[in-house]
Amino acid sequence: MLTEGERREIEEEIAKSERKRAASVEVLKIVQKRRGWVPDDLDELAATLDMTPDELDAVATFYSLVFRKPVGRHVILICDSVSCWVMEYESMREHLSERLGIGMGGTSTDGMFTLLPVACLGACDRAPVMMVDEVLYTNLTTEKIDGILEAYRRGNM
Amino acid sequence: MERPLTENIRSDGQPVGIEEYEKLGGYQATRKALGGMSPQEITAAVKNADLRGRGGAGFPTGIKWSFIPMGDAARHPKYLVCNADEMEPGTFKDRLLLEGNPHQLIEGMIVSGYALEADLAYIFLRAEYTLAAKRLGQAIAEAYAKGYLGRRILGSDYSLDLRLHLSAGRYICGEETALLNALEGKRAIPRAKPPHPQTSGLWGKPTIVNNVETLSNVPHIVDRGAEWFKSLSHTDCGGTKIYGVSGRVKRPGLWELPMGTPAREIIDLHAGGMRNGYGFRGVIPGGASTEFLLEEHLDVRMDFDSLPKAGSRLGTGTMIVLDDKTCPVGMVLSLETFFARESCGWCTPCREGLRWVVQIIDAIEKGEGAGEDLDILEGQCRLLAPGHTFCALAPGAVEPLQSALKYFREDFERHIKEKGCPWR
Repeated sequence: MLTEGERREIEEEIAKSERKRAASVEVLKIVQKRRGWVPDDLDELAATLDMTPDELDAVATFYSLVFRKPVGRHVILICDSVSCWVMEYESMREHLSERLGIGMGGTSTDGMFTLLPVACLGACDRAPVMMVDEVLYTNLTTEKIDGILEAYRRGNM
Repeated sequence: MERPLTENIRSDGQPVGIEEYEKLGGYQATRKALGGMSPQEITAAVKNADLRGRGGAGFPTGIKWSFIPMGDAARHPKYLVCNADEMEPGTFKDRLLLEGNPHQLIEGMIVSGYALEADLAYIFLRAEYTLAAKRLGQAIAEAYAKGYLGRRILGSDYSLDLRLHLSAGRYICGEETALLNALEGKRAIPRAKPPHPQTSGLWGKPTIVNNVETLSNVPHIVDRGAEWFKSLSHTDCGGTKIYGVSGRVKRPGLWELPMGTPAREIIDLHAGGMRNGYGFRGVIPGGASTEFLLEEHLDVRMDFDSLPKAGSRLGTGTMIVLDDKTCPVGMVLSLETFFARESCGWCTPCREGLRWVVQIIDAIEKGEGAGEDLDILEGQCRLLAPGHTFCALAPGAVEPLQSALKYFREDFERHIKEKGCPWR
């Protein structure tokens, strides 16, 4: 069931769109912003967009940044594309995995972080890079990563 | 040396605001175009300027525009879409334009929209460009407030609305017909062509899709003319180009230089050459889906016509350097892993072929390769060549692979023979 707040925000988004279903990505993001992920049952959401649940599911399962299962409080997107790979991406990934105790796709046991790979973040002159939620971190080193994780853990970010 | 695209970008990292942009001559091209030029005159100027698409394919922009139905023959609404889905590995040039000078892009869209008699324009932006999203959103609002967008722009008969669409990942969204499906709220798989978007694009209406750097050039062409634009270039492709270098060079970065600047000058002079302790082994000249070049090729001019003669393509013009302490097999594995993951799965050769390619290279890198593996990889390069797949993703994916098999064959063979990666 959509909450009153979700419904309002969704209707505003649909009103701005040329056609209802054109708002589908934004609508999925509205749900994800509030719940952290997009649940399996899409019937009500699809009806709002004049789509069948299958049509909306085809959109929702397509995008790498629409999450179909719960994620941690913060999502770490580490770039594994070629420029970062050349600039020691593998050491960064190993360090993150070790510090968080998870592999790619995993969520740390304290529920703080989910670790995911991401396509080239377009900051190749500052490789290696990663994003945490909406913030880009560049020229990563293992020490820098420790500082970033610590800041999020302390709730400073 | 003139740098029309980047000269006004601030060194403090802040965007050029609307007042500063106007003070620097911004929105003059809009006044000139809407105040006295016909749409046909603008398209002719873009054609005469030899502006070629900066998204990677290098198709002449004016010719692309000339395919769009005009006047009474056209069905409306007509659309102009800016492809700001920059996700080609190794490419980071549009970020600079989006974050640094959003009004330049918006003005490019107004003037281009006028030339195309477009009613509605979209900027299709990748979700991860959060700073660009914020700055574009603000710049669009500023442009509306000053009457550069909306009904009857600057008192003329031309009206244009501009909307920002924030995507949610997936490289294939940058393919222009997949992008249109994404905008329509469908699964973003490419469409069969023909019909081309120029005649049947967004919701079946005439649509032009252009890259950020392409559109950012248009106000300058209108302002200063086709001859001036051509004079910026060393070659037949007009204008400047934003080149980039990443990898183990002394100063990775971006530089706006005359189109056709030699690769060696960009790597040695602008990027400062290799870092101490590292030697040059090869370079991918224009983003992930272009073929490797070696030291012997570096005098090649970086433009759309010269690079094919050296066996590669300009692509996005952003180079990725392979140094002598990095495993070429590992680098190709990273590239192909990207393409296999980003394959949309719609057509079988790409979905299955790229996965197989990754499995084989992964086995070779781990020391589990067999002699016939290189033949299978070469076979896949042929099977995934242009014409065998729905879109250009898989043909692009095998470009670095087939050149690596040619230039770094010994490295592949050593992995197989020594049953492991010599660099690990």
